[in-house]
Amino acid sequence: MASDRIFGLVMLFLALAYMASATQIQTSFLADPVGPRAFPLLVGGVAALSSLVIMLRPDPDPDWPVARTFLSLGLAVVVLVAYAYALKPLGFVIPTAIAAGILSYQISPRPLAAALAGIGLSLGLFVLFKFALGLSLIGLPKGWF
Amino acid sequence: MDILSNLAMGFGIALSPFTLMLAVAGCFLGTIIGALPGLGPSNGVAILIPLTFTMGLDATSALVLMTAVYYGAMYGGRISSILLNIPGDEPALMTTLDGYPMAKEGRAGDALVLSGVASFVGAFLATIGLMLLAPMLARVAFYFGPAEYFALYLLAFCTLGGMASNNQAKAALASCIGLAIAMIGVDNNSGMPRLTYGNMHLMDGVDFLVAIVGLFAIAEVFFFIESHGKGSSIGVKLDKVGIPWKDIMATKWTMLRASGVGFVAGILPGAGASLGSFLAYMSEKSLAGDKGGFGTGVPKGVAAPEAGNNAAAGGALVPMLTLGVPGSGTTAVLLALLMTLNITPGPTLFTDRPEVVWGLIASLLIANIVLLLMNVPMVKIFVKILMVPAWVLLPGVTMISFVGIYSLSGSYFDLLLMVGFGVLGYVLRKLDVPTVPVILGILLGGNMENALRRAMVLSDGDALFLWSSPIAIGLWIFAIAGFVAPMFMRGLLRKPQRITD
Repeated sequence: MASDRIFGLVMLFLALAYMASATQIQTSFLADPVGPRAFPLLVGGVAALSSLVIMLRPDPDPDWPVARTFLSLGLAVVVLVAYAYALKPLGFVIPTAIAAGILSYQISPRPLAAALAGIGLSLGLFVLFKFALGLSLIGLPKGWF
Repeated sequence: MDILSNLAMGFGIALSPFTLMLAVAGCFLGTIIGALPGLGPSNGVAILIPLTFTMGLDATSALVLMTAVYYGAMYGGRISSILLNIPGDEPALMTTLDGYPMAKEGRAGDALVLSGVASFVGAFLATIGLMLLAPMLARVAFYFGPAEYFALYLLAFCTLGGMASNNQAKAALASCIGLAIAMIGVDNNSGMPRLTYGNMHLMDGVDFLVAIVGLFAIAEVFFFIESHGKGSSIGVKLDKVGIPWKDIMATKWTMLRASGVGFVAGILPGAGASLGSFLAYMSEKSLAGDKGGFGTGVPKGVAAPEAGNNAAAGGALVPMLTLGVPGSGTTAVLLALLMTLNITPGPTLFTDRPEVVWGLIASLLIANIVLLLMNVPMVKIFVKILMVPAWVLLPGVTMISFVGIYSLSGSYFDLLLMVGFGVLGYVLRKLDVPTVPVILGILLGGNMENALRRAMVLSDGDALFLWSSPIAIGLWIFAIAGFVAPMFMRGLLRKPQRITD
């Protein structure tokens, strides 16, 4: 119940904000009868209406995970974001081994297996992408060799 | 005999050694993808699209490869349904109902082979149906103007929301999220940026591949972290695999009926394969009555949903190819593939690029036969692959997704966006909000708005033009009925619960 009400409220605000920014869209002199604002406004309107219905007629709550699981989910997101930033400057092999290892540890908490999975995936995928599929990946940071 | 000469041309393209090799490789890869728990057809096809794109295949080859993967994943999905009681995707859910009990009785091999044959029958008949029906529908589609297309897109969103979800408001909201995201970027008509909030990266809009991979593949990783990869070990033994001729003969009418039901369900835009397997199973169940023993592991209960599911997968290609409106999550991903290859589906596809359409149809037929030949003797190998533990599989999937998306544009912004979509997908699925309408919205949003604006240009702003032709009015009526009717049929359409040990 509560989850749907909160979700509906958040989505309602987002829909209204979306509509507000849609009214700010600049039109050009090449105007057609509808213009660039009408459809986003329409979509925002339907979204706002649906959010209201979700708030007023909520479904039963889903099984939310416990706080510790949320923490590890948050950590997973942080790892993925860091990985996205690291891929370009640090090359493929090192960030992939670390990120894959952490994700593996989070799914099944055994340090040794996770480390091996990370290193194995990193090297295996690098060989696959670089030599079998011919993608131009940078393996290690420049200037190391 | 137009069809035969067209088909001959199609086979001419599809039977070249290179294309044939792609089809076989695609089938093999697809079956693995379908069989692995946590990697359904939509997932698998989505993470492979950017990779095929960077491999530099031409349009026909890429299409052959990916449709082979698509059909293969549909076949493979049954392996994890039967052995693990984990449906690889939504339509495979119905196969678990009788497949898993049958496997527990020690007849896992029989169930796997029987479902393979049923998949073949369903997919084969559906491909023939596609061949007959699609050119006819393509001719009708020439009468479609912008007003009709707008109504058609609406129909797709309404039926998808109505049939495939438990809560209309949530489905509508999901469609709106997708449509709202599709609006971001430079407006085609006026050339002005819209809703980019001054971000240079958003000027191009949000790439649908980023959204698809995020919502499907990355979200799945979060679900596995939450569950710690539990429930992905094989609970039943697979001993000898033979061909159960008796069961196949006993279920032949079931397969044919289920294929028909599935194909029709697949054609409805937005309804898709889940409805196909559901209707096929339920109609066979009521035909058999209480004595049929459905739900306790009877061969008919395995054959019906598999034939229906695969027939619907073929049927879903009809609206996708002729109208550009996908009928299910996976066909939405295939539509994304076509758009990436710069092929615009629609009635003109059949006249302008017949080699693509008929090459595709011929390769579907080939893929089907390859899959049947591959699946019966090699089922043991696929079962071995199921043993790959989640703690290796899921990080691997994540890394492949990252490389695929990174190779599209080489920008970290797309990767961040993908992670964002992953989080969104997790939250939406937790709250029982369907994610397929989001994808459909992102894919079709631009076209839907263009149709509306073109219609208004034609009529000089008169809104009544939207309801000016019988086709348009008919589509609107179907759209509203498709959205409203399931509210009253909830009890009738209730899905059976999964069997728990």
